[in-house]
Amino acid sequence: MVELPHFLIVSVALFVLGFVGVILRRNLIVVLMSIELMLNGVNLSFVAFSRYLGDIQGQVAGFFVIVLAAAEAAVGLAIIILIFRRRGSVQTTRLTDLKDEIHAA
Amino acid sequence: MMTPMQDLAFAALSGIVIAAGCLIAFSRNLVYSAFALLGAFVGVAGYFVLLGADFVAVIQLLVYIGGIMVLYLFAVLMTSGIGDVTLTNRSIATKASAPLCIVLIILLGKLIYTTEWYVAAEPTEIAPTTAAIGNALLTEYLLPFELASVLLLGTLVGTVALARRGVKVIKKS
Repeated sequence: MVELPHFLIVSVALFVLGFVGVILRRNLIVVLMSIELMLNGVNLSFVAFSRYLGDIQGQVAGFFVIVLAAAEAAVGLAIIILIFRRRGSVQTTRLTDLKDEIHAA
Repeated sequence: MMTPMQDLAFAALSGIVIAAGCLIAFSRNLVYSAFALLGAFVGVAGYFVLLGADFVAVIQLLVYIGGIMVLYLFAVLMTSGIGDVTLTNRSIATKASAPLCIVLIILLGKLIYTTEWYVAAEPTEIAPTTAAIGNALLTEYLLPFELASVLLLGTLVGTVALARRGVKVIKKS
């Protein structure tokens, strides 16, 4: 029998995988993809709660999360394209201009 | 509450979604990650169907797969040599971040198992949700709804302004 905690476990799995991607990966595009994964995980728990509480509000929240994710992806990818045009690379390891030069070495 | 068929669907979806998530987080090839993202979106849309959230499932398909996915594919194909696998190699930060991830898993897992989740005694019948969501959006959630539309307008203008090439000004002499 599939119950609420099962959905929450999948939701947590998605969130943690996204989190791992955000900290481990060094490619800005993959970092953004991982953020999408985290948002999807949270959305899943919203909708699961909505179902098991018999309340529509969770689905409304999920709807707003999707809207925000779309805006975030559009702006984020535009910024990535700009960085690529200027630097020829989207590796986070090369974007260290704000780092203190003494410690950068 | 759920039939064995639905249990089976849940298991299959879990397999798809978690495999896709692992591929996104750990695959060294950017293109694999991008297509795994597609799998994750489809899987989550499947969960929404399973949960009786028809409207959100369709929106997920339209916005994520029709819009966001295409954007990501464009970005992946525009910014990197596809053959260059070493582009996305993992970093040295692994040692420092592994404990952080483990702590996160333990915390969230404990949260799920120790909380007594309140569940409605009789789960509601699966019914079309569009009308209810529309009502909520135009009454209780009117302000967030309008803010979201302003946000989308700002995003539209901002993205175009960011990503376009510089406009050449032709001087008349």
